[in-house]
Amino acid sequence: MLQALRERPALRIAALMAPGAFWLLLFFLAPLTIMGAISFLSRDAQGFPALPYTLENYWTIVRDIRFAPSLSLEGGLQVRLFEGLYLDLLWRSIWLSLISTLITLLLAFPVALFMAQLPKRYRNLALFAVMIPFWTNFLVRTYALQFMLRANGPINTVLRSLGLPPLELIFTPTAVMIGLVYGNLPFMILPLYTSLEKFDWTMMEAAHDLGADTWRAFTRVMLPLISPGLVAGSILTFVPAIGSYITVDLMGGGRTNLIGYSIAQQFSASVNWPFGSALALVMMVIVTIAAVLYFRSSRGMQRAVI
Amino acid sequence: MSTDTSVIFLGERESARPRVREAARRPSLSRFALTTIALLTFAFLYVPILVLIAFSFNSARTGAAWQGFTLQWYARLFNNPRILDAALNSLIVAVVATIGAVVLGTLMAMAMERYRFRFQAFWDSLLYMPVIIPEIVMGISLLLFFASIRLERGLLTLIIAHIAFCMPFVYLTMRARLADFDRSLEEAAQDLGADEWTTFRRITLPLLMPGIISSALLAFTLSLDDFVISFFVTGVGSQTLPVYIWGQIRRGITPEINAVSTLMLILSFVLVTLSHAMQQRTGAR
Repeated sequence: MLQALRERPALRIAALMAPGAFWLLLFFLAPLTIMGAISFLSRDAQGFPALPYTLENYWTIVRDIRFAPSLSLEGGLQVRLFEGLYLDLLWRSIWLSLISTLITLLLAFPVALFMAQLPKRYRNLALFAVMIPFWTNFLVRTYALQFMLRANGPINTVLRSLGLPPLELIFTPTAVMIGLVYGNLPFMILPLYTSLEKFDWTMMEAAHDLGADTWRAFTRVMLPLISPGLVAGSILTFVPAIGSYITVDLMGGGRTNLIGYSIAQQFSASVNWPFGSALALVMMVIVTIAAVLYFRSSRGMQRAVI
Repeated sequence: MSTDTSVIFLGERESARPRVREAARRPSLSRFALTTIALLTFAFLYVPILVLIAFSFNSARTGAAWQGFTLQWYARLFNNPRILDAALNSLIVAVVATIGAVVLGTLMAMAMERYRFRFQAFWDSLLYMPVIIPEIVMGISLLLFFASIRLERGLLTLIIAHIAFCMPFVYLTMRARLADFDRSLEEAAQDLGADEWTTFRRITLPLLMPGIISSALLAFTLSLDDFVISFFVTGVGSQTLPVYIWGQIRRGITPEINAVSTLMLILSFVLVTLSHAMQQRTGAR
């Protein structure tokens, strides 16, 4: 058998690939396919999947959509043309995830820039300081934040002892936002830093020498060159945000519902597996579209500079 | 003048090497504002963690007022069989999943990096997907899968799931390492008469060892930390530590949760230190 492996590269490739490929097909692709199939099934009395096949689950998502132009200030200015129960859920999920990604980026960029400009010795220390929260249990970190912001947590205890009124911090949409930013910050800082560390600062000087102002040098020279880190960081922040379960529960008390949390609810609190599967499939489509758009725009950015 | 400011921020003149001084000379960004924002952001990241650790030593049963130092919550942890069981489950799952993920991921990385074959792009995207799709989707799809094949949820389903989501991370790490691999060393060994197995054992494997160890640390950390996927594929008697902590948090905060969380933080700290040291060592070579 070893002889055969030696002489036939195809056999060797098969031997190397087979175990992992088997695992991925059976325990990753097959479950997704089953989830897709179940999203077209009806539910039985207990909420578990049952025949016949139906489009009902997807119809539930879209059926109450109606034309209703509106303007609101929830989570920033929002101009909306349509509304509907699940459309609102999707829209709120995308919107809050985008805003949280943006805030995370605005906080992470100065940190990454600061780190990249430190001398090597301090740079490694700073890198280490980011890696600890990066690899620390997400649940424990979110719990630590919840502990801080609780009604009778350390912040409010300090406020009370100073004779100030306590703040209502926890279980609000703002708390969810803070939680998303807090949880995802390391995932944005690290890739940004990796890109910035490789950045050659003489390029900026060259741009200045050629007459570009700072903003132009930043958008036309720096941004395209650090875009791999920007793309990686944004995806690593946006995707967990839209699918977030721990943050929505611990920080928002489930009151600010996002799609990831809604999906989990269909499998725990109110059992409806087929509908949960349909929502999950919709979320996967959103995430895929976001990733493709983002990769494409970054490649466009890279092409623009060459 | 710009050099002087860089010295203030960087501490020592010797460490301000040309590249850094170049950066400090950039006129637009005020370094002071940058430093302030960066330090505040680090504080934002660390204060909740440090407060949690401090309160795990607070003797108050409820509330956030400090009532004195105690180790009683830690003592209680080690007398709580449910926590010890959960910790043991976490450890079993993490060890088995790490071995599985490292073996499968490394083999796939070798095939993908060293050969060209049909459907390679398909496998490459399939290996990227678990990294990109939300955890919750992976969790519920595995729940549906195990329910449809009527496999009872427990340690086995946890291990299967953990191998599935750790393997792609091992694959990506090992693929990067293999891309830098100097194959002429293998050729030299074979020219000197070593057979393929000997070459693999004596040359390839030792050279890949740092990569294998850091991807193993990565897989181990991912497995130990996972909550969302484990939550959906765990059985009644097979809770992992994060799933147990989750249940306790949902019931209300107790000082024991602070203590067990602190222990998990320390464990993460040890693992990060190890993998950081590994990277420094390979980076130096």
